[in-house]
Amino acid sequence: MDHFARLGLPAALDIEPAALDRVYFASQRKWHPDRFVSRPPEERAKASTEAAALNDAYRTLKDPLSRAFYLAELCGVEMPGDGKTIDDPDLLMEAMEAREALGDADTPDAVESLAAQALQGKQETLESLASLFLRDDKPAIRKALLRLRYLDKFADEARARRTNLERPAS
Amino acid sequence: MGCDMSLLEIHEPGETPLPHAGEGALAVGIDLGTTNSVVAIAREGVPAALHDAAGHALVPSIVAYAEDGRVLVGDAARELLAAEPTRVVSSIKRLMGRGSADVRTVAGVLPYEIEPGSGETDMVKLRIGGRARSPVEISAEILKALRARAQAALEKPVERAVITVPAYFDDAARTATRDAARVAGLEVLRLVNEPTAAALAYGLDKGSEGLYAVYDLGGGTFDFSLLRMDKGVFQVLATGGDTALGGDDFDRAIAERMLAERQRDGVIDRVDETAIKRALALARQMKEQLSPRDHTSGRLELEGKPSFHALTRPEFEALIAAAVGRTLDIARAVLADAGVGAAELQGIVMVGGSTRVPLVRQRVGEVFGKPPLTDIDPDEVVALGAALQAESLTGGGDTLLIDVAPLSLGLETMGGIVEKVVPRNTPIPVQLAQEFTTYQDGQTAMAIHVVQGEREMVADCRSLARFELQGIPPMTAGAARIRVTFAVDADGLLTVSAEERTTGVAQRVEVIPSYGLSHDDMAEMLYDSLDHAEDDMIQRLLVETRVEARRGLLALDAALAKDGALLSDVERADLDGARSRLEAAIGGDDRDEITAAAEALEALSKPFAERRMDRGIREALAGVAVSDLERRVGE
Repeated sequence: MDHFARLGLPAALDIEPAALDRVYFASQRKWHPDRFVSRPPEERAKASTEAAALNDAYRTLKDPLSRAFYLAELCGVEMPGDGKTIDDPDLLMEAMEAREALGDADTPDAVESLAAQALQGKQETLESLASLFLRDDKPAIRKALLRLRYLDKFADEARARRTNLERPAS
Repeated sequence: MGCDMSLLEIHEPGETPLPHAGEGALAVGIDLGTTNSVVAIAREGVPAALHDAAGHALVPSIVAYAEDGRVLVGDAARELLAAEPTRVVSSIKRLMGRGSADVRTVAGVLPYEIEPGSGETDMVKLRIGGRARSPVEISAEILKALRARAQAALEKPVERAVITVPAYFDDAARTATRDAARVAGLEVLRLVNEPTAAALAYGLDKGSEGLYAVYDLGGGTFDFSLLRMDKGVFQVLATGGDTALGGDDFDRAIAERMLAERQRDGVIDRVDETAIKRALALARQMKEQLSPRDHTSGRLELEGKPSFHALTRPEFEALIAAAVGRTLDIARAVLADAGVGAAELQGIVMVGGSTRVPLVRQRVGEVFGKPPLTDIDPDEVVALGAALQAESLTGGGDTLLIDVAPLSLGLETMGGIVEKVVPRNTPIPVQLAQEFTTYQDGQTAMAIHVVQGEREMVADCRSLARFELQGIPPMTAGAARIRVTFAVDADGLLTVSAEERTTGVAQRVEVIPSYGLSHDDMAEMLYDSLDHAEDDMIQRLLVETRVEARRGLLALDAALAKDGALLSDVERADLDGARSRLEAAIGGDDRDEITAAAEALEALSKPFAERRMDRGIREALAGVAVSDLERRVGE
């Protein structure tokens, strides 16, 4: 059973966080091992398995990025294996320029504005993905996902750099 | 839904309230704390701590092994502390699940004799009352006492309990806690994280909804958790902490200051087990007095030599500022982890006796922009939450706790790099798998090394277990598909299995943490072969270095108070900077850092010392005529 089906949701990119929480909590009310403490061992084992599968489904679908990758996998989109490779020349160029800009940014505000750009790019790419999935345009989905993964990583690096800049010199 | 139609009560499968399983099925909640422990029971959703005959809810987590063979727990054990300190153990929780090699990483002084030994488990042992005893055995004595108290108060046998552990307890410490309960004759219904239990007590009591943080500063551990409460669901979003940071550190800072003051005043002390325990006991009283008052004093007598020590609240706050700052750094990191801003929090629940310290409340209020919640007794709130959970588990309550794995779990891969399989803050129970392959042609076995922690290198993480998957049919490198599955149960305990997918060769291990007790060894305790004397020595040297550094600080402060005018503003600022760097170093555990900071301060204060000496000479000569001086010189 795929993660969407397990939670009774349609396999789509757009999921309301509140709706996801609602179905997840309802399912956990039914299967969480705490509900089975005084039950026979076989029922407890089943509950534990179900609850574990629910948690896996929830954490996969909760984050929009991991949800997009999971949906792509369900749709049969092939991604580069090692999870780090960028094989799109345009994206590679963008990534190199952005990294240079981040290296040059030496105030928290400058870093913040780069991080904001990355987050906005992430948002736009996520929005464009929804229609790509509808059209089942696999090469475009793949390209968009690689860009998402890069932007996400860049935002993390920017956050780390900002934390470093904000730390009072000691 | 929500309309008035509940003529029939319909229950989901598995949700049916169970009838109370007869007599003898009472389940209690236990907060097994570093400094104090509490046992509580909930009935009809109303929790209450169980008291002794004198009306005290708190049982000091102190165990004494008296000369006549009796084991004393709590206040009775504390009474023995002054007379026979070597027969008394406190703060044993700090050593739960620790290996002898870990002891050097446990912050601060361990005023115990660490037992050398040999055998297959590397669990730390203490020599108390003439026998080597494990933290599991010692903790079991506390649990036995709590169980006896509950049975006396409830007049029924008590055999089941929910026991709380710090969220940041690792697999080894959780296993050790379960083992201790078993030794005490208690079945553990569930290990619940302390902050989660506290939130449960608050949430059910107040009917709160929204995002809450729990700031839990106990005697020896700090936890910070972020939870969402939503219609009876308690969902932990992120958690973090430090298993070696707490109120004991505050006591230690005061004790070291007092020992430094004695040294400054020319009292020569042997800094031994007895001295440290006495100083710590007095320090604790002084710390507690400084919560309602702004100054206090104490009398310390060691080897017949008394000394008097005054301490103001600002002085105390300077001593603990670094430790409090560390808790706030951890809190900020947890919020960042969950992507939550401080302004989004509905409230900050304060848990643990150390949150009574005014500086702690003040700093938490400043960082989060709202006064923290302190209306449930911070010493009892965790046990009350555990009792509610115990009732819910046995009586079919309607609340639901969804907790997370506090630390990432992973495997060693090539080059000593960690591949994370279960990232931290993953909701539990959970089962996650990852595929690996062989790296040599014809390879028939694969070593699996399970680690816990956030760092990238295996060497920086906690080693939990090693095993070998054997019988892989010879294939070319990279052809085998080895699937390693990590299953974390609702108590946060891990089982790892490995399977070669093309042939179905499988192997499963229950992870017995490298430093825990193996189950067969519960009865006969085996020692390990590592050299504990060295650990002991390292701790001792650290204490001595701290004491020496504090003595230097006190001398400098006295000089500054007297002759501060000899310094320019710039010099004074430099000196103050070096002074606070030394203070910060004393707050840490790195002896070399303390020494380096002390040397830097000394170098910087040298011109000041010289000027003071010059002035001293000038003053001595003031009023002496030049001719007199010449004559004197000529003599």
